[in-house]
Amino acid sequence: MYIAKRLLYTLPVAFGVSVVCFMLVHIAPGDPLTSVLPPDASAQLQAEMRRLYGFDKPLPVQYFIWLAKTVQGDLGVSIATGRPVALELSKALGNTLMLAVLATLIGFLLGGLFGFVAGYFRGGWVDRLASFISIIGVSVPHYWLGMVLVIIFSVQLNWLPATGAGPGGSADWAWNWLHVRHLILPAITMSVIPMGIVARTVRALVADILSQEFIVGQRAKGLLDFGVFRHVVKNAAPTALAVMGLQLGYLLGGSILIETVFSWPGTGFLLGQAIFQRDLPLLQGTILILALFFVALNLIVDVVQTMLDPRVQRT
Amino acid sequence: MSSLSASQNSAPFEVSPGYWSGVIGRLRRDPVAMFALLVILALVLMALFAPYIAPNDPYRGQLLRRLRPIGTAGFPLGTDELGRDMLSRLIYGARLSLLMGVTPVFIAFFFGAFIGITAGFVGGKVNSLLMRTVDVFFAFPSVLLAIALSGALGAGIFNGLLSLSIVFIPPIARIAESVTTGVRKLEYIEAARASGASSMTIVRVHVLGNVLGPIFVYATGLISVSLILASGLSFLGLGVKPPEPEWGLMLNTLRNAIYVQPWVAALPGLMIFCTSISFNLFSDGLRSAMDLKS
Repeated sequence: MYIAKRLLYTLPVAFGVSVVCFMLVHIAPGDPLTSVLPPDASAQLQAEMRRLYGFDKPLPVQYFIWLAKTVQGDLGVSIATGRPVALELSKALGNTLMLAVLATLIGFLLGGLFGFVAGYFRGGWVDRLASFISIIGVSVPHYWLGMVLVIIFSVQLNWLPATGAGPGGSADWAWNWLHVRHLILPAITMSVIPMGIVARTVRALVADILSQEFIVGQRAKGLLDFGVFRHVVKNAAPTALAVMGLQLGYLLGGSILIETVFSWPGTGFLLGQAIFQRDLPLLQGTILILALFFVALNLIVDVVQTMLDPRVQRT
Repeated sequence: MSSLSASQNSAPFEVSPGYWSGVIGRLRRDPVAMFALLVILALVLMALFAPYIAPNDPYRGQLLRRLRPIGTAGFPLGTDELGRDMLSRLIYGARLSLLMGVTPVFIAFFFGAFIGITAGFVGGKVNSLLMRTVDVFFAFPSVLLAIALSGALGAGIFNGLLSLSIVFIPPIARIAESVTTGVRKLEYIEAARASGASSMTIVRVHVLGNVLGPIFVYATGLISVSLILASGLSFLGLGVKPPEPEWGLMLNTLRNAIYVQPWVAALPGLMIFCTSISFNLFSDGLRSAMDLKS
């Protein structure tokens, strides 16, 4: 029942998201055609192009034409490259997913460890140290951290490459050391954000569970530390996993800063290109796909979390 | 999000001076929060009195003295890619960086609280209409929404401020709505209504006093995110335009210099980091002084 309600709630949100993505292009100042047309284009050519791109129709009509095409997987053609937006996106999305998934895993493992240790030994120096590390994680401007890591490991030590996703700037990925070494610095940089947030969440969860009566009671009855550990993990896991799922969505959507630092050929890089070349179909398509990804991820996280822990029902 | 259960379940805040003096007293005994507050005050003073503190003109460069290292005579923090004094630019940079980082949270606090309190207090169809609209914007990852908006609007201080304010309205409105809904159901509101108080009086006297505190604490927690995002926009080439000194923009223009003067190039980011961690630590201290669970 809850799952059906949650599904039903997602549809209007997804619809709203598509309206916002569509409107983005139309709040942009200037004529969307200026980037394709030469400045001395004749009025006739301008009218011709406007008709070709459908800009001559009223806005709601344009929206529904765009929506109908989008639903069929046609995101239009990039103005700058002339290639289909869907094609450009699918390649970039793979690269960003790889980076974001790896970063989330690293962040979750380290954050879970720091958070658990901090919550378990709360009040002690271990707690203060782990909490300090996690607050650094949420406070550091990650694009700057990326730069600092490049300075240390690429410029000073010359251990790892500074930019790109493969030797010689190639964009074709392969699972070998020549490629994987390009992944290390961006993945570590990106993992700092979920690390800090997961650590803070897990610390609060663990401290809360340990102070609850049933744990205190179990301990009094002589339950060993391992038994307590099992209880804590069982109670903290659903929330921690939910936080991890949402973090993956945030990383996917917010990868532009890190991808810019490392020239990583993903969706963020694509977004940057779209913005600076005023490639509006590409901008619209990239934002729509990333946002819908986030909506879907939210849905999955909520459904999985309710299945793991029926007490939690978010709307 | 179950993050506000504490303020709904436990006793509501008293507006009596006793409560706030208690909060201030607890804050004063928190050395970390006090230190963070000192750093923030120092940064604000630095921004206000930049012309009196900065040793050199932050805009004037000389190509003959480009990218000098830290510790150069006359330029203690080196010079940038156009030969401008780094120390002076970092000091002046506090102005735009703080303005671009802090203002959006205040604007969003105003509008978000207004939307959320209205939705929570009126309830019904108004609530649905307002909150479903908020949900649509909340469905975007914050970085993506900020970049999409300022990317579409174009670079510039005003467009950057506008985009960031829009990004922070939905989370604040959501918190405001859930706190207000919680307070509205409490018995003393019913009592006030039964004794003939008008809706305006109830909102002004009974709701605002209990609701603004938690919303404010939540908003202070967003300042560090806002600072990082605002500088991030300028780092990408959106937001502040050259030649203005702003930390994110300085980081961007110095990126190519990491092979020549790596540590000079990293300095602006260190400023963003110190500012953002100070706001985070202060916000944490404020939260525990007000006894709110995160």
